[in-house]
Amino acid sequence: MTIAGLLSQLLQVTVALLLAPILVGWVNQCRAWLQNKRAPSLLLPYRTINKLFTKDAVIAENASPIFRVTPYIVFGAMCCAAAIVPSLATALPFARAADAIALVGLFALARVFIALAAMDIGTSFGSLGARREMFIGFLAEPALLMVLFTASLISGSTSLPTIVDTLAHRELAIYPSLAFAGVAFTMVSLAENARIPIDNPTTHLELTMIHEAMILEYSARHLALLEWASALKLFNYSCIGLALFFPFGIAEGTHGLAMLGAAPVLVLKLAIGGALLALIETLSAKLRIFRAPEFLGTAFLLAVLGMLVHLLLGS
Amino acid sequence: MAWLAIGAVALARPHALRVVRLLFNAGAVIGVAIAVIAVMALRDRPEAIVLPLGLPDLPFHLRLDALSASFLVLLGSASAAISLYSSGYFRAEETTAPGLICFQYHAFLAAMGLVLVADDAYVFMVAWETMALASFFLVTTDHRVPEIRRAAFLYLLVAHVGAIGILLCFGVLQGGRGDYTFDAMRAVTLAGNWPSVAFFLALFGFGAKAGVLPLHVWLPEAHPAAPSPVSAMMSGVMLKLAIYGLIRVTFDLLHVQLWWWGAIALALGLMTALFGVIFAAAQTDMKRLLAYSSIENIGIIIVGIALTILFKANMKPLLAAIALTAVLYHCINHAFFKSLLFLATGSVMHATHERSLGKLGGLIHRMPWVAWLALVGTLATAGLPPLNGFVSEWLLLQAFLFTPSLPQSFVNMLVPVAAAALVLAVALSAYVMVKFYGVIFLGRPREPHLSHAQDAGPRERTALAALAAGCILLGVFPVTVIGAIDNVNAQLLATTIGRSAESNWLMLAPIAADRSSYSPLIVLAVIVAVVLVTINVVHRRWHGRVRRAPAWDCGFPLQTPRMQDTAEGFGQPIRQVFEPFFRMERHLPTPFDARPRYAVTATDPLWHWLYWPIVRATDAVARFAGLIQRGRIAVYLTYSFVTLLALLLFVR
Repeated sequence: MTIAGLLSQLLQVTVALLLAPILVGWVNQCRAWLQNKRAPSLLLPYRTINKLFTKDAVIAENASPIFRVTPYIVFGAMCCAAAIVPSLATALPFARAADAIALVGLFALARVFIALAAMDIGTSFGSLGARREMFIGFLAEPALLMVLFTASLISGSTSLPTIVDTLAHRELAIYPSLAFAGVAFTMVSLAENARIPIDNPTTHLELTMIHEAMILEYSARHLALLEWASALKLFNYSCIGLALFFPFGIAEGTHGLAMLGAAPVLVLKLAIGGALLALIETLSAKLRIFRAPEFLGTAFLLAVLGMLVHLLLGS
Repeated sequence: MAWLAIGAVALARPHALRVVRLLFNAGAVIGVAIAVIAVMALRDRPEAIVLPLGLPDLPFHLRLDALSASFLVLLGSASAAISLYSSGYFRAEETTAPGLICFQYHAFLAAMGLVLVADDAYVFMVAWETMALASFFLVTTDHRVPEIRRAAFLYLLVAHVGAIGILLCFGVLQGGRGDYTFDAMRAVTLAGNWPSVAFFLALFGFGAKAGVLPLHVWLPEAHPAAPSPVSAMMSGVMLKLAIYGLIRVTFDLLHVQLWWWGAIALALGLMTALFGVIFAAAQTDMKRLLAYSSIENIGIIIVGIALTILFKANMKPLLAAIALTAVLYHCINHAFFKSLLFLATGSVMHATHERSLGKLGGLIHRMPWVAWLALVGTLATAGLPPLNGFVSEWLLLQAFLFTPSLPQSFVNMLVPVAAAALVLAVALSAYVMVKFYGVIFLGRPREPHLSHAQDAGPRERTALAALAAGCILLGVFPVTVIGAIDNVNAQLLATTIGRSAESNWLMLAPIAADRSSYSPLIVLAVIVAVVLVTINVVHRRWHGRVRRAPAWDCGFPLQTPRMQDTAEGFGQPIRQVFEPFFRMERHLPTPFDARPRYAVTATDPLWHWLYWPIVRATDAVARFAGLIQRGRIAVYLTYSFVTLLALLLFVR
């Protein structure tokens, strides 16, 4: 591991940390425009995070240390994932430490901790949220892994840099297996990032919420870290999707200039992706919780179909 | 042998608790010694000795090779921790005298050790039956409770049905020569369909012990009935011995492996895994939940064995080696994390006298040691990086991903679906583990008497800490462990993955670094570093002030602990989604009930479809036999007379 490699690794994580709240702000802005509302500022998530950091943390009387350490662990896992996902460059030194399966494992680690923290206070909303989150998670995780498996079968590798390199160097065409996988991945990302139609990130109706119900007891810096972590999660998922299905413009070396060149391309792709996300959220309605298995089951099926199509047609 | 000596000493002083405690500690020391010797034996050539014991002309053949050494490591290390825990666990007020428990326990250990080094069918069966009997007596430790007696009987029954399968399997394997040493069996070439018969007899016999799908029914009954160290020993170690037997027969004693065995075992393993985890999600008794989770893990291991068979039959030794490594790795992992969790439930039961999840809660405040150590086991069981459960699942998925190179196109199509099912089972196990941990240790106490719970004693803590440390080390240094397991690959598959890997001690890359690589130590280091830096930065840049207040809960003022999710509530989504799997009986209260009660029981449909018909058929046959047995000497004499006449007719 060279100094340059380490620096480029740090650069990618820093870019992820900085861009993630803006991505959330951009999605909110687009959604507001689509719904004929006046949009909040692009930097609003930043201000919220800063405001939360300055406040005093209020913690429930019977909270255990798990409750206090969870925001840091979730944030750490998401930063770790941001270092693995090839968003700016593929040949990063840290990317070899964890492949696609380990990446899914990292997301699962964050989910398990956040669910445990939600159960820690012992309120009805907390355990309701934990139960629903694990419920969504156990369906979404296999579907996500199947999507990644389809990509790994194409490239004969589970290592993300190799996958992206292989996909980027194929001739431009519509591959049926990747098309199936793409649809499945979009559905999984919606569910995993607590978006409509599975969850509503802006809801204040207790009975419909999942993610918000789990972090109900958090305040101040803990809440800020969790918000930041969920923004990072959205960013990571977007980058995985972009890297798998639109792998163009990602730098292949760790050369500083190449990475700087990749940054505007990434911002452009994220802007389009975020606008599409806002469009999906505006056009669809939230599903009842027990319709979620059907939604995610469809995603799972599509991902498996993608894999079978690849095996049958070899494309 | 030394374990037997300990047992004998304990038998001499059955009621002296202090002596028994010392003896358990001595047993732990022997466990460590065996583990160390076995680690050294892993690299050595196989050693065989013949003991002039047993029947005339039937000496004991013993052999220590890499495969048995790897399982001896498992037995030694897990039993050391469990023995240490037992020395603090058993109290004078058990129904059975502590000395007797100590004897049975050590006889159980010695029998398991003997199973692993046995080199002929005779010793193997003797040790196997001793193991079954010793564990049966351990299960009935609390023999005053009728359910426990019933569970133990069921266990004994299934164990013997399985033993018949194993006996017949050895009968087929010796190939009509009458020589029952394993060496002779290796030399025999079975003709026609006999290898398949032997394999499926072994799968049946060892599957009964391991808890493979239709024969799993004893597991969720016997594990909760036994005292916790015994459940830990049975689930963590004894189930693995069945896996050992299956591996020994399939890859060592049998000379061929056919691909369709692998396909069938794959289906069986997946069904077992999914079934186990779905039922675990619906359980309300913590030890029963862990028992079902053990069934799931056995399913995963069987899937690994099935993949090994598929690859071996298709001449892909490297992939077979990866799958077999995943199998052995998962065996060791499961021994560690499941023992840890069973022992933790033992501490919880001692502290609270509760086994039902619906009556626990909030124990992390009262029992911090047990809670934090159990957290490690929980995360490992859920298959999360950077702990050990993840490594073996990662290896298994790697093996899956390279399956499409098989010549059988049918299997090629099947495998993605199988991989999907496996991932589903693993993801569900995270759900189960969150339920297990969250309901027991987090939240608020659901019963008032829980606030008097005491944390585990120092010996129990040490044992739990040792197992937790094992989980972390096995998770963080996979390359070292795989290097040791590779000796088994060299023995059984004549190939190693060590040579083909570009991995160093940090980075696990079983095939090539650009195909797949995983470095848990780096992942762990990065997460820890980010956590520390974040804490530091947040506290410096802003502040670290904390206020304590009542829980917010959307401003709802009347919160009681009863409003938390119960175990039933937490498992409800799974019950609803997988409804066809369960046989559910629901008792819903009407609005007019003065004391409304809600009860739902979800039972195993296999009892209904498979076991009760067998029980009814057996009863009918027994009734018929009862007609013949009149209990009068004159009638029996008539029978003898008639038989004699009939025989004379033949002999003439």
